Amino acid sequence: MINREEFLNKRYKAEKRFQMYGKTAIILALLFLAVFLFKIFSTGYTAFQKTWIIVPINYDPEFMYLDANQKPSMEDLQDSEYFDVGIESFAALDQNANEDQITDIKRMFAFIFEEEIKDHILSNPDDFGKIVEVKLTASDDLDQVFKGNYPRDLPEERRRVNDYQLNIFDRLNSEGKVVSNFNFSFFTNADSREAELAGIASSFMGSLFSILVCLAVSFPVALLAAIYLEEFAPKNRLTDFIEVNINNLAAVPSIVFGLLGLGVLLAVFGLPRSTPLVGGITLSLMTLPTIIIAARASLKAVPPSIREAALAMGASKMQTTLHHTVPLSLPGTLSGTIIGLAQALGETAPLILIGMVAFVNTIPGSPMDPAASLPVQIYIWAESAERGFVEKVSACIMVLLIFLVLMNLAAQMIRHKFEKKWN
Amino acid sequence: MNKIEAKKVNVFYGDKQALFDINMDIPERQVTALIGPSGCGKSTFLRCLNRMNDVIEICKVEGEIKINDYDINQKSTDVVRLREKIGMVFQKPNPFPKTLYENISYGPEIHGMAQSKDELDQIVEDSLKKAALWNEVKDRLNEPGTGLSGGQQQRLCIARAISVKPEVILMDEPCSALDPIATAQIEELIDELKKEHTIVIVTHSMSQAARVSQQTGFFHLGKLIEVGSTDKIFKNPNQQQTQDYITGRFG
Ligand SMILES: Nc1ncnc2c1ncn2[C@@H]1O[C@H](COP(=O)(O)OP(=O)(O)OP(=O)(O)O)[C@@H](O)[C@H]1O
Ligand SMILES: [Mg+2]
Repeated sequence: MINREEFLNKRYKAEKRFQMYGKTAIILALLFLAVFLFKIFSTGYTAFQKTWIIVPINYDPEFMYLDANQKPSMEDLQDSEYFDVGIESFAALDQNANEDQITDIKRMFAFIFEEEIKDHILSNPDDFGKIVEVKLTASDDLDQVFKGNYPRDLPEERRRVNDYQLNIFDRLNSEGKVVSNFNFSFFTNADSREAELAGIASSFMGSLFSILVCLAVSFPVALLAAIYLEEFAPKNRLTDFIEVNINNLAAVPSIVFGLLGLGVLLAVFGLPRSTPLVGGITLSLMTLPTIIIAARASLKAVPPSIREAALAMGASKMQTTLHHTVPLSLPGTLSGTIIGLAQALGETAPLILIGMVAFVNTIPGSPMDPAASLPVQIYIWAESAERGFVEKVSACIMVLLIFLVLMNLAAQMIRHKFEKKWN
Repeated sequence: MNKIEAKKVNVFYGDKQALFDINMDIPERQVTALIGPSGCGKSTFLRCLNRMNDVIEICKVEGEIKINDYDINQKSTDVVRLREKIGMVFQKPNPFPKTLYENISYGPEIHGMAQSKDELDQIVEDSLKKAALWNEVKDRLNEPGTGLSGGQQQRLCIARAISVKPEVILMDEPCSALDPIATAQIEELIDELKKEHTIVIVTHSMSQAARVSQQTGFFHLGKLIEVGSTDKIFKNPNQQQTQDYITGRFG
């Protein structure tokens, strides 16, 4: 005879153990997530800060090749050269600097210093002939020095920033001439070879356009396919075959779709390379089965009694489907669509194949312009040697994650709205 | 006068025959009850009358079903028009997950029965009044139909069915999900509706059949064993089987 008391105890213990396993799994998952997010944020947050050095700029007419006795017109200022203005002003930072050292000082600034000097005088024409302080973008290395990410204690010959530059920088810093602000240009600039200037505008717009194209192509096609298969198609061998293949399609590695895009969209149809248009269509091949499967599942979940009610009222098959079944299935379909799009948003391989990995330093204005995409941008920057790109990689990942979170929130909101309406 | 005349109706689900040579006449503006043990084919027969069996792919219906002397069981029959004339109420209340108003207005809208919003409002009001629901819901027409109680939902479904002024209303165990009070309300309603509509009702309750119907048909194993006036079927049936079923000796 079994001891029932003991038997029961065993059962309770097993139950407790099982729950423990579940809790442990969840804690582990959360831990991984926390470590991941901490790593990303701690390396990435500095990318949202940009370092500037305030330099007295000498708008001497002589350096600008303009007449000192005459107030220059805007055109004059526009056409003038500012390289010498910069060099002379840099030289003034150290009275005793020799030729090489002046070049060193020049390298402490982003190569766009001429533009910045010019922009200042264009918006303040009255500063002509004066010496005024202007904020210039620091080079990416000094940017990293200022953020404390630069290994200053390396031997000089292994550093790209030499001791002379560090001395000048430290002096300016102690005079309060080094400032850091929110890095707007990270969001407004396209990619650049110079880390201090590189931004995500191009890849962000590229991703946005790709997703929109992907949505515009895959959603209607997938919805119609799902409606036909679920509501109208006869159940026979052919439709079974199609169903199996849609499921298979969902499991095809994304790089294969990239090859398809390369071979068909670019080679056969001659669509423009590196564009979100091609990227979006390629990605839509990937999202199509995901959306079809989600849409079919949510159509199936609509109770048959609703269809019967509509049919018995004399609604035609199409009316029943469009007035009742599809609206009821829409929340599920939409959440499936968002999941598909989120996958597409994070896709890299197919986009690399269709050339969206090219270096793009312009911001695309339409899906027909060459662009990168956020994940590809991460890949490109992660490959770059410069120290300045390390934080950019993390920052770009953050932007991608925020993009994804926003998409999911939007999906939730749409779902919520529909559910309120229909139930 | 007969509204519906079924002749030699055979129904098959795939290879399995569910109804055998059913001959039945259904008189106009009366209530006909279909009774019989579970699985005997009552629902199947009812669904023949508005061609709802078309929805089931494996289902084949043979024979002649004349409504107003027109055989509806032919290929050329327009089922949309047919179902406009023959309404149906299901066993489980199945209101659309829309507002009360939209539940009722749907039929008239798709059949183009109202020329104006006012007319539509009128139809909704009339249908709800006829279904004895108006007083309970007139202040909440814009609330979802799924928020009503089971009995109210079933009356909503009846209101929906009569909104298109059908000549015939088919009811498949309309009270099986309801409590006695809601059942009594529906039975009262059926009595009222038979003034304008021909009603065919499937029921498992002998007492309900006896209360509401004028004619009763008894089905068993896919065959119509006996059909006749409710009085006769319940007091003095011709068949022993009918007698046994009614007195509760089987089924
Ligand atoms: N969709 C279907 N597919 C296959 N067989 C069916 C289908 N619907 C009904 N049948 C079969 O047809 C026969 C009659 O079914 P029906 O639903 O008409 O019975 P019923 O008299 O309404 O029973 P109940 O009182 O339980 O509702 C049963 O044997 C049933 O198994
Ligand atoms: Mg039944």
